Amino acid sequence: MSSVAIDLAAVNKSYRGKVVVNGVTFTVAAGECFGLLGPNGAGKSTIVRMILGMVPPDAGKITVLGKQVPAHARLARAGVGVVPQFDNLENEFTVRENLLVFGRYFSMSAREIEAVIPSLLEFARLGSKADARVAELSGGMKRRLVLARALINDPQLLVMDEPTTGLDPHARHLIWERLRSLLARGKTILLTTHFMEEAERLCDRLCVLEEGRKIAEGEPHTLINEQIGCDVMEIYGGNPHESIELIRPYAQRIEQSGETIFCYAPDLDQVRKQLRGRAGLRLLERPANLEDVFLRLTGREIEI
Amino acid sequence: MMRMTYGAAMPANARNWLAVWRRNYLAWRKVALASLLGNLADPMTNLLGLGFGLGLIVGRVNGTSYIDFLVGGMVATSAMTSASFETIYATFARMHTQRTWEAMLCTQLTLGDILLGEVAWAASKALLAGTGITIVAAGLGYAAWPSMLYALPAIALTGFVFASLAMVIVSLAPSYDYFVFYQTLVLTPMVFLCGAVFPITQLPAAFQLVAALLPLEHSIELIRPAMLGRPVGSVGTHIGALCIYAVVPFLLSVALLLRRLMR
Repeated sequence: MSSVAIDLAAVNKSYRGKVVVNGVTFTVAAGECFGLLGPNGAGKSTIVRMILGMVPPDAGKITVLGKQVPAHARLARAGVGVVPQFDNLENEFTVRENLLVFGRYFSMSAREIEAVIPSLLEFARLGSKADARVAELSGGMKRRLVLARALINDPQLLVMDEPTTGLDPHARHLIWERLRSLLARGKTILLTTHFMEEAERLCDRLCVLEEGRKIAEGEPHTLINEQIGCDVMEIYGGNPHESIELIRPYAQRIEQSGETIFCYAPDLDQVRKQLRGRAGLRLLERPANLEDVFLRLTGREIEI
Repeated sequence: MMRMTYGAAMPANARNWLAVWRRNYLAWRKVALASLLGNLADPMTNLLGLGFGLGLIVGRVNGTSYIDFLVGGMVATSAMTSASFETIYATFARMHTQRTWEAMLCTQLTLGDILLGEVAWAASKALLAGTGITIVAAGLGYAAWPSMLYALPAIALTGFVFASLAMVIVSLAPSYDYFVFYQTLVLTPMVFLCGAVFPITQLPAAFQLVAALLPLEHSIELIRPAMLGRPVGSVGTHIGALCIYAVVPFLLSVALLLRRLMR
């Protein structure tokens, strides 16, 4: 078993003259959780579709589980589980029927499928819903069923496009917990997300994308330390220009996004002192996160 | 520029399509009764309405009663409409709104596997509709036993032909709105050109030449004699023509859908 799960080398893709993926290179090691992070339109979904062999790259080389893609995409996909961005479950089928039908797409026999269904249902916390129609499930349950379905062929690699978009926080945390248990079992995960929190919590390494280009790559905490390296104060309200003039001497760096000021400073107490007594200001002190990295690298916040 | 190769999109093996067929069968089983009634009601109404009503006026046709003559035409037509409608409406929905294909394409199935499964499924529904009418017609004494059994493979082949042709339409149509043109400009004229409801010899000579090129004509030439208990002429030509009409559009639809869905 190779130690590399996915390898992209200088991959390009354009649609009607518009470049959507621009010279992207990265390698996902077996057993790690790798994130593609960026706003909508950054090229994340196109990269995922190219990895699955559904879209041919214009240039570059893609290898998935040791197979050239798209030429041998079918063989590669036999070892991949996919959680698509939009649920494409069979609404009129029961939970069990969904798994049965999907297992057949992988040439599994009825006996093989029946053998794995109980553990998949347990994994997805859907044991009591086996005979419920999909249309009766909540959003979180559907998402967990999509995850269970993606595991039916016991894949080495899971490819997930926005796995928790549209879920409430409770459902999202349950998915994250399930994904961590998959990583503990040695599965490799590639996920796309525009949730910084999701990327920070799950990913061993990630690649930040903007307008089809890779603008940073690394471990989340390394990226945060390298790019930011201190705590942050968010300042809302008041007159932003006045506030910026007051805090400038004490700040390592200041970013303004809309009406919000982000102040990066080694000593935030000094900053707080400067703003004390100012009317209408609301201050929020917090550790730096990937959102700040993105803001630093692109000059703007992630827009969803 | 890297291209998706047509070879890699073709059916991967001889059994992958069956998983797609079985998915459709499972979905159909949940609505089987309503679907059967819907599929049989229309051709039976045409057969009995035209057969009894017009039959009284036109008398004998080609040496048989009009309703006996009509049975073969109605069976072939119902196989045509059943396969066509399954493909342009249900298959299009599975490709488009229901995202069924999107899920399938995440597995080891190829686009060709999916299309073959869909075409085989639509042909199965055509066989079911054609067989249903054959059985009812036989029960009423309008179809010859046992020679009508020879019609069954021809009905299935007709289903394949019209499923493949409709798949080309599916691969080109931007939305449902375009299907009505296929129905009114292609399918309905074919019924009248190909001798489904009256002998082709009633048509001007030029139209007869056109009819000889149309797939429904070849279906009827195989099915009608079987229903009437008469020998079939030029079997090889008819089967060959239908096979070309099944295979060429199928390959074309794989190529067209590859360009539409995977670019």
